Amino acid sequence: MITVERLTKAFGRTVVLRDVSLHVPAGETLVLFGPNGAGKTTLVRIIAGLSRPTAGSVTLGGVDVRRAGEGLRRYVGVVSHNPLVYESLTGEENLRFFGRLYEVPNLAARVDEVLDQVGLRPRRRDLVRTYSRGMVQRLAIARAILHDPPILLLDEPDTGLDQQAADMLRRLLVDLGSDRRAVLFTTHNLDRGIEWADRVAILSGGRLRFEAPTAGLSPAQMREAYAEAVAAANRKA
Amino acid sequence: MAFLRKVLAIVWKDVTAELRTKDIFSAMAVFALLATVIFQYAFDLRAENLRLVLPGVVWTTVTFSGVLGLSRSFILEQDRGLLEGLLLAPMDRSAIYFGKLIGNLLFITAVELLLLPALSILFDVWLLTPPILLFVALGTLGFAAVGTLFSAVSINTRAREVMLPILLFPVMVPVLIAGVRGISGLLDGEPLTDLLQWVRLLLAYDVVFTTTAFLLFDYVVEE
Repeated sequence: MITVERLTKAFGRTVVLRDVSLHVPAGETLVLFGPNGAGKTTLVRIIAGLSRPTAGSVTLGGVDVRRAGEGLRRYVGVVSHNPLVYESLTGEENLRFFGRLYEVPNLAARVDEVLDQVGLRPRRRDLVRTYSRGMVQRLAIARAILHDPPILLLDEPDTGLDQQAADMLRRLLVDLGSDRRAVLFTTHNLDRGIEWADRVAILSGGRLRFEAPTAGLSPAQMREAYAEAVAAANRKA
Repeated sequence: MAFLRKVLAIVWKDVTAELRTKDIFSAMAVFALLATVIFQYAFDLRAENLRLVLPGVVWTTVTFSGVLGLSRSFILEQDRGLLEGLLLAPMDRSAIYFGKLIGNLLFITAVELLLLPALSILFDVWLLTPPILLFVALGTLGFAAVGTLFSAVSINTRAREVMLPILLFPVMVPVLIAGVRGISGLLDGEPLTDLLQWVRLLLAYDVVFTTTAFLLFDYVVEE
């Protein structure tokens, strides 16, 4: 569903991503680890169509992101560390607004359904500025899945969440059908990532340095692989 | 129709948010009213020179107070990372431009609805006549069309709040000339039919710059 081939991204002389290739089929969650500045957010932005690659390609469901029109954005839902919701609107107003932009059919019913799924129906008419960080993130997930996209990109959605809120985020993603979507998830939290992923990868120094299925992968092995990937990037630098 | 619905959704979002926060309108309105009072005292006007300076006062106040609103319209989205949410939506990005343009027009017009009566009272010259309102409306459209585009341009620059007037004011010269000449003529008692060249200039400016902004906006917001 998500295919990245030999992707390179440079800002001027600074190369942020080098020759990155990965594939996430439908029904799989790939968790991407990497230190700050590894290029995770840049990769997510390119896949989402917010930034153009310098070289290489990204295809979503076989369609090249660069050549596709705006319609391809309908197949992608994005949750980032910025929640992308308006504080001065209510939770319901936010979802109705984005539903209109995504031309969601039967919008009122769909908004009710999604608000129920993320447990925000009792607070639907409250301004988002009165929500806790966990509630805002739940609303961000509701916004991302409102149009039922087959591809979900989650860029450090667990940043700033306590363990309880992070557990709720995990439950939400399972309940909201991550088993039928292609999910790319970036995080700094190794334990959480291994627990949530079908496959893990490590991006460091702009290169993909490790990729493995989580089955049979222990947290200790993951930590070792992570330390090696970071050390390899530092040696290159 | 889908395009128009998305434009209107963005307008609805901006107006609803503004009605609750009053971030943009209050700054513009207070500035405009204070500027009006300052101009009134600064010029210490005598009856015979009112008509000479009043058109300039109108456009200076509209321009400076308008810049306050225009500069904030994209900065508020950018600072909270919300522009990305709009850019991710499956729509031609010019819908964002037109949504923001209509929102900015509404806010500037609301300020003008305070400003023109205030100027009329303070300067004892009635400005709320249809021909004067025609010049104000056409000038405001051109100002907002260019200002909305440059507001999007300036958010990615370092000195973004300073950058907007630096970019905007030189391009605004035709609007200011036509607006001042038109209102001056009307205050001097000339009929609107004698001032049609200034109306045509404003119309041409509005069409050219709205079209140009529509064509350029996608490149402006792209990384």
